[in-house]
Amino acid sequence: MMFKQRTNLWNNFWIYLILFTLFLFFVLPMIWLVVAPFSSKASLAVKITLPSLNNFRELFKNKIAMLAFKNSFIISFSSTVIVAITSMLAAYALSRTNFKWRSTLLYALLLFSTVVTGIAAMVPLFVLNLRLGLIDSYLSVIFVFIGGFLPVSIFIIKDFFDAIPKDYEEAAIVAGSTPSQGFFRIILPLSQQGMVVIALYIFMNTWGSFLMPFILLRSVNKYPVSVAIYTFFTQEGLPLLGLLSAYSLLYSLPVIVLYIIINRKFGFGFHGGLKG
Amino acid sequence: MFEGGIILSKKRAFLFMLPALAFVTVFLIFPAIWAIYIGLTNEALTGIYGLNHQFVWFDNFIKAFKDPWFRSSLQISFKFVFGSLVGQAGLGLLLALLLNNKKGIIKELVSNIVIIAWIIPGVVVAYLWVAFLDKDFGLLNSILEILGFARVNWFHTLPVGVIIIFNTWRGTAFSMLLFMAALQSIPPSYLETADVIGASGWCKLRDIILPLIKPQILTDLILLTLWTFNVFTPFILTKGGPAHMTEILPIYTYRVAFMGTCRIGQGAAISTIILLINLTLALIYLKMLKRK
Repeated sequence: MMFKQRTNLWNNFWIYLILFTLFLFFVLPMIWLVVAPFSSKASLAVKITLPSLNNFRELFKNKIAMLAFKNSFIISFSSTVIVAITSMLAAYALSRTNFKWRSTLLYALLLFSTVVTGIAAMVPLFVLNLRLGLIDSYLSVIFVFIGGFLPVSIFIIKDFFDAIPKDYEEAAIVAGSTPSQGFFRIILPLSQQGMVVIALYIFMNTWGSFLMPFILLRSVNKYPVSVAIYTFFTQEGLPLLGLLSAYSLLYSLPVIVLYIIINRKFGFGFHGGLKG
Repeated sequence: MFEGGIILSKKRAFLFMLPALAFVTVFLIFPAIWAIYIGLTNEALTGIYGLNHQFVWFDNFIKAFKDPWFRSSLQISFKFVFGSLVGQAGLGLLLALLLNNKKGIIKELVSNIVIIAWIIPGVVVAYLWVAFLDKDFGLLNSILEILGFARVNWFHTLPVGVIIIFNTWRGTAFSMLLFMAALQSIPPSYLETADVIGASGWCKLRDIILPLIKPQILTDLILLTLWTFNVFTPFILTKGGPAHMTEILPIYTYRVAFMGTCRIGQGAAISTIILLINLTLALIYLKMLKRK
């Protein structure tokens, strides 16, 4: 008995030591993001100085930086809304009908969405938008995001719809309601959680994306924050570190807040292979 | 043939799918097929080929395989994917095992930090690592100095190691969450029985846990390979340097197609190669999904 307790203690010691080391690995690089924005003399070092909000004041005065926030919001918000609506419609059709090519269509969607990544398609997507005259317009980035996120979104929402028995709507229709009433009064309320999760998922993903706006947008006043931060760093060099760190922190906040909301409301993790 | 018509007619179902299918066809499926065509031409953004390009058949593919930068980028990509795979799946599994059945502040603290590293924007993560690894001011070198070691210019001494660790840091959360869910699905009675007969932790891991979560491990490995192969964020951290030493295939593609003379045709040929590699990985993945 004594012996067993001692090995348990010893085991626990090792477990906590490894956990602590892993924790350090993940937390140490983050410290700069929390300290530098409030430092009066920001550098690449982590140095605690008298706290100051000067960096944020500078940031709010910087027109390009503020405009980029608006651009990021326009791009992410439009992509999210359009993907949510179109994927909801498509998922409903795929969940409630059983036509000949349904499984082929689903397989093709899954295959193309896995194979055609932004990396694999950056060259043809650029040429396509060039030919369509969309280079340097928000629409180019928004359209590419919509095409890219639709398949995943359709699959996740379809899973939610599939979980709702068909009998519900059939009963409603037999009782005299129209199909659209069945959709809006039965399906939508029951799949609310899925819609919220998918919307947040798309918003968070498009908010941080870099490659597509980097390739498709040309004028500084259309850059989203990701590209603006990149050009600030490469063009203006090190003196602007205070502003950059404040900018990075502010840019990360919406995603972190959304994560906290999801975590509180639904619990963040995988359930049966899905994120939700 | 056509069933379920009471809820949605065939015509209405098609109308419902139309907007989504239109977007997917134009901005996802068509570009992939078009890449193959552009790859067979000598299209460029500037110069005479910018206006009228010619069909050059497989010239671009031959050029690619003759280009030492292409071959080296393939090699770097391979190292990068392999290293990230070991790092992310390994750390993810370790974290999931250590945090499984734990509750309270420690689990919350560790898992939340790992997830935050995953969700903050890639540009921010890249600058966090620029700051963390900086030779003169970076936190890591300051700690090393306090411990009595010399400062190291990580970006020069371990270029590929830097992007692997950067990517591991950023992506471990996915594996951790996947393995946590997998461990939850193991019936507790299995492990209790093992405890009763006095099996050691290592035996439990090897004989009970690993065989039971093998499907999730395979899924994790194949998805990570596909995703890591298609990652662009190391570009923000190193721009492929120093001296092209971190130029993974995506960065090489970007350089060929969008820098210098903007050889679009050549870039599209490399895109086609990436598409083929992705297709192979995706088919393996879909086959595994079906078997499940």
